[in-house]
Amino acid sequence: MAPKETHGFDADTMTRVATLARLDLTEAERQQFSAQLTTVLDYVAQLQTVDTTAVAATSHPLALPTAWREDSATPSLDHQAALANAPDADRAAGLFRVPRVIG
Amino acid sequence: MSARPSVTGHITQVLAAIDASQPALSAFQHVAHDRALKRAAALDAAPVSSGALAGLAIALKDNIVARDLPTSAGSKILDGYVSPFDATVVERLEQAGAVIVGTTKCDEFAMGSSTDNCAYGPVHNPWDLSRTPGGSSGGAAAAVAAGLVPLALGSDTGGSIRQPAGLTGVVGVKPTYGRVSRYGLIAFASSLDQIGPLARTTREAAQVLEVISGHDPRDSTSATQPVPSFTAALSREVRGLKIGVPRHLLTGDIDGEVRAAFDAALDVARSLGAEVQDVALPHTPHAIAVYYLIATAEASANLARFDGVRYGARTSAADSLAAMYARSRSEGFGAEVKRRILLGTYVLSAGYYDAYYRKAQQVRTLIAQDYFRALESVDLIALPTSPVPAFRLGERVDDPLKMYLADVFTVGANLAGVPAVSVPCGFTRDSLPIGLQFIARPWDEVTMLRMADAYEAATPWHERRPAGGTWRIGGLE
Repeated sequence: MAPKETHGFDADTMTRVATLARLDLTEAERQQFSAQLTTVLDYVAQLQTVDTTAVAATSHPLALPTAWREDSATPSLDHQAALANAPDADRAAGLFRVPRVIG
Repeated sequence: MSARPSVTGHITQVLAAIDASQPALSAFQHVAHDRALKRAAALDAAPVSSGALAGLAIALKDNIVARDLPTSAGSKILDGYVSPFDATVVERLEQAGAVIVGTTKCDEFAMGSSTDNCAYGPVHNPWDLSRTPGGSSGGAAAAVAAGLVPLALGSDTGGSIRQPAGLTGVVGVKPTYGRVSRYGLIAFASSLDQIGPLARTTREAAQVLEVISGHDPRDSTSATQPVPSFTAALSREVRGLKIGVPRHLLTGDIDGEVRAAFDAALDVARSLGAEVQDVALPHTPHAIAVYYLIATAEASANLARFDGVRYGARTSAADSLAAMYARSRSEGFGAEVKRRILLGTYVLSAGYYDAYYRKAQQVRTLIAQDYFRALESVDLIALPTSPVPAFRLGERVDDPLKMYLADVFTVGANLAGVPAVSVPCGFTRDSLPIGLQFIARPWDEVTMLRMADAYEAATPWHERRPAGGTWRIGGLE
């Protein structure tokens, strides 16, 4: 299946994708990345010439059996240790702190 | 009873050499003086010295975590991060008596082939300080090549252990996917990443691989496959081994001196009794395209966790949660990481998934099938590690696609999940190292390492050392 008609990594694409990726780009970055990623998309377009009819997709290199374990609690990271790297936390309450979500 | 050599004395020397090398090489991100000396003292106080790696210094790539050791993955977004737990490979190394002396610099989140993308500055190649040591495990390779440490761990997603090993004249091993636990490795592309050793010789690399291999219940992709003794397999007997050469790939932009060194290496293999024949990997010309779609897609998902909440840097300039995520990520990530997140997000997005991501996964199947088919008729596949010797730092930063093409001979093994090793196979007229790659069937590191060790024993390349500088001190060689 051919990709939707695009003009490489154009300005609209950049806006849409940056929003999805939670990236806040400067105008200089938008222009530079747009040009560079258009080049990359041109390069990867070669894959459209490969016949993949009835070829399975590989999501994992080697066929490993699904790993199962008992659904039982085992020792895990200590609460304070888990909070130690947080840029902001209420350590007494054991919570990560973020900007207010609900007004 | 003879006195054991003092681990503390040795480690003190190693740390001093690393400190002295930093202004010139900048191979280390963090030198773990206190942790290493504490560990050395404990080893000295133990009643018996035990373990395959007793008292040996080892450096971790700065994307493998160890308790109480700062880890940044080469990124500003993890500035100040200190791990609350040990990676499984760290546990196993320490159980075997190794002493972790610090972390080595890498491209940000292992995304790069030169260390130019390290947010804390690049690493310099000990053979020529104006050139790259390769990447992304460039600090690890430079540290081993300069004789600062005998051993280092790297990670290899598209060649990030083998390419820097090749460009600095050391041995680097990418194990079979699933051979080594990824628990505690900061994820880049989960279906491609593997941890592996860098060392001066194949034997030392095999020793480390033996220690770190094996199933780990904390990584559900780590295999239950039995781990043979890799060192016991180094018999130097390679008569009758069949080596396949995909000659159709050796065209285009391959450097003349690299090509000549590769051909000479095949002659050495023949003289040792191996049989060299042609094989075909018809879909490998598409490997870079496939790799950059799959790796970026997986990276865009893996790097979603860096949002300024649980760890890492948070912006000071945001008043809403959504703005905080976006600002923190934009301030914390460097250009290459942003590019790859954008590309990965794009190829996974509605309307493009089938055309790019799924298509790449299908072509990945074809590439892997080529490898498996070729490895039915031969025991090993040989390729140069890189098409060119070490290029100058900064030379390719403005041309991401050209940088990506540095991985043309290495990404195939990651896509197929098969093991591969790079060993030194010569030098250019300018004294830059050249690497030779042997690629094996899944789980057959034994044959690959036996060939590499036999080749090494028949050639002088691994004995050459860079001229060095002020860091070279007595007693380390």
